[in-house]
Amino acid sequence: MNAVDVQGVTFRYRNGQGVDDVTFQAAPGELLGIVGPNSAGKSTLLRLLSKVVAPERGRILIGGRDLSTLPRTALAQRVAVVPQEFHVAFPFRVAEVVLMGRYPHAGGSAWESDRDRAVAQAALEATGIPDLAARRMDELSGGERQLVSIARALAQEASILLLDEPTAHLDLRHQGIVLEILLRHHREGQGTTILVSHDLNLAAEHCDRLLLLARGRIRVLGRPEEVITEEHLVPAYGCPVTVERHPVSGRPRVQGILNQRGKLGTVSHHSPDAREAGRS
Amino acid sequence: MKAGVTLPEVAGWRPVPILCLAALLLIGLLLSVMVGSIPVAPREAVRALLSGGANDPVVAVVRQIRLPRAILAGMVGAALALAGLGFQAISRNPLADPTVLGVSSGASFGVVIAMLLGLAGPFGNPAVVTLFAFAGALLAAVSVYAIAQVDGRLPITTLLLSGVIVGLFFTSCVMLITALLAANELQGVVFWLMGNLAPTGGRTLAVLALVLLIGAGVLARQAARLNLLALGEEQALQLGVEAERVKRSVFVAASLVTGAAISAAGSIGFVGLIVPHAARLLLGPDNRRLIPAAALLGAAFLILADLVARIVMAPAELPVGVITSFCGAPLFVYLLRSRRGGGSL
Repeated sequence: MNAVDVQGVTFRYRNGQGVDDVTFQAAPGELLGIVGPNSAGKSTLLRLLSKVVAPERGRILIGGRDLSTLPRTALAQRVAVVPQEFHVAFPFRVAEVVLMGRYPHAGGSAWESDRDRAVAQAALEATGIPDLAARRMDELSGGERQLVSIARALAQEASILLLDEPTAHLDLRHQGIVLEILLRHHREGQGTTILVSHDLNLAAEHCDRLLLLARGRIRVLGRPEEVITEEHLVPAYGCPVTVERHPVSGRPRVQGILNQRGKLGTVSHHSPDAREAGRS
Repeated sequence: MKAGVTLPEVAGWRPVPILCLAALLLIGLLLSVMVGSIPVAPREAVRALLSGGANDPVVAVVRQIRLPRAILAGMVGAALALAGLGFQAISRNPLADPTVLGVSSGASFGVVIAMLLGLAGPFGNPAVVTLFAFAGALLAAVSVYAIAQVDGRLPITTLLLSGVIVGLFFTSCVMLITALLAANELQGVVFWLMGNLAPTGGRTLAVLALVLLIGAGVLARQAARLNLLALGEEQALQLGVEAERVKRSVFVAASLVTGAAISAAGSIGFVGLIVPHAARLLLGPDNRRLIPAAALLGAAFLILADLVARIVMAPAELPVGVITSFCGAPLFVYLLRSRRGGGSL
């Protein structure tokens, strides 16, 4: 049985953005990357998978159960989300926030059990922040906040983890820390992970398969070397790119390049030398 | 596992501060029956409260005048504190409070409508007046949140502005209706509008007690879910909380207890701002601790504020709303400037 089964799902916001007739599956234990340009529908897809919005057409199965009939707490026992940004109103402490991840298991207004506390403690240790347990959220740096967000998601003990640009707002060091924790959790936990990312190279390097979205539709779904090609990326992003191979992993690597008049073609700035290197 | 000890220390039930607040409430209650034009010694006061006595004037003063007043103050304080806590939790902002949001003005409007219809006063039914106040409070609260909402979010600036506007509007409505009232009714209205804890009879206390129990019950049931709302609505949903349903029930409960408090004692400002803030400093923001703490502290605070209002200009009495506003307005400015623990949405 597929961990995630999306069947012909359409959803549109009032401003017209959304996803259109999207169908794909994720197998248990798979690391699936969702990539694509801005407003391609990547985050919408995550909001659909976590039942924040409901499909207008089509259906979504999580572990074989239809989302529309799955109670929200039961869903939260199966699916955990690490959001793009993590802000907590009121000066909650780190341990309290991580324990909130136990709500789908503890429920109601009862206090968390000893087992809930043990799981929260393990999540703090898995993310390397047991020392932050008593700190207030409003005293933490952005990187530390993201680690708390991940610990909270791990405390849910869900078999499916949805990551929405988990490293987008982090400095280089925290990007590495966060990525390492998430990849280790994915390998050891044998769960399914769906990673939404703007960073094509990061997604190509680590994901088993990639799903390229553009304007709400799936352009291509396949192994990174099948997806990260000029043939697929140029029409999706509407700008010139070059693709090369990573010298060590052999995975594809992509670079945006300058157009003829020397203006910035796309995501990042590169010298003409890099462009030459990319072609060779 | 050396850090394992930190989890229970940080998160969990904390009985000691809650018991201290209960003790503070008892002390406040005792002080408030001791102080007045006839001073009563502590031992006398305890005796009068516990055993009574048929023709003893001290017992009569304590049990028939001062105790009902203290009970009214305590329940009004608890109600306003819980209302503030509820509005703060659902708007994710520590500045939300029935006064600031204009909900108190809406409730006052409901009460003066009841007065205009001749439903209030000594022969009126306090439950009916409470119902009018509840309707007014709900009307104001719905208006404020509808006006303040931008793309499904509640930015603090628009929330405060729409609170001010809606509050001013309903205050004008109150003034309009006051102008329509007969001269002999006017004094009572003005007295009530200023915030008035003079005992109003057993039925008022009973209605207030019932509504307070219902409101506190709703909040307590939603306490854990209100905590998760602090993560934002989308994340609350993703953790299994039916955010919209939780917000709606707390919204109605907070409006209900505001209406009951205002109809029993008039407009007493800022209690819903001061008390939850102080309780949060003592116990942290977990609503499972905060709800009982805010109820106890709210009761103690208003009993003590009333005590101060009775003695600073004795034998004249200051309206208790003056005391609470003098505490609340500076705190509001401080919270607005520092944005500690709240942040903007």
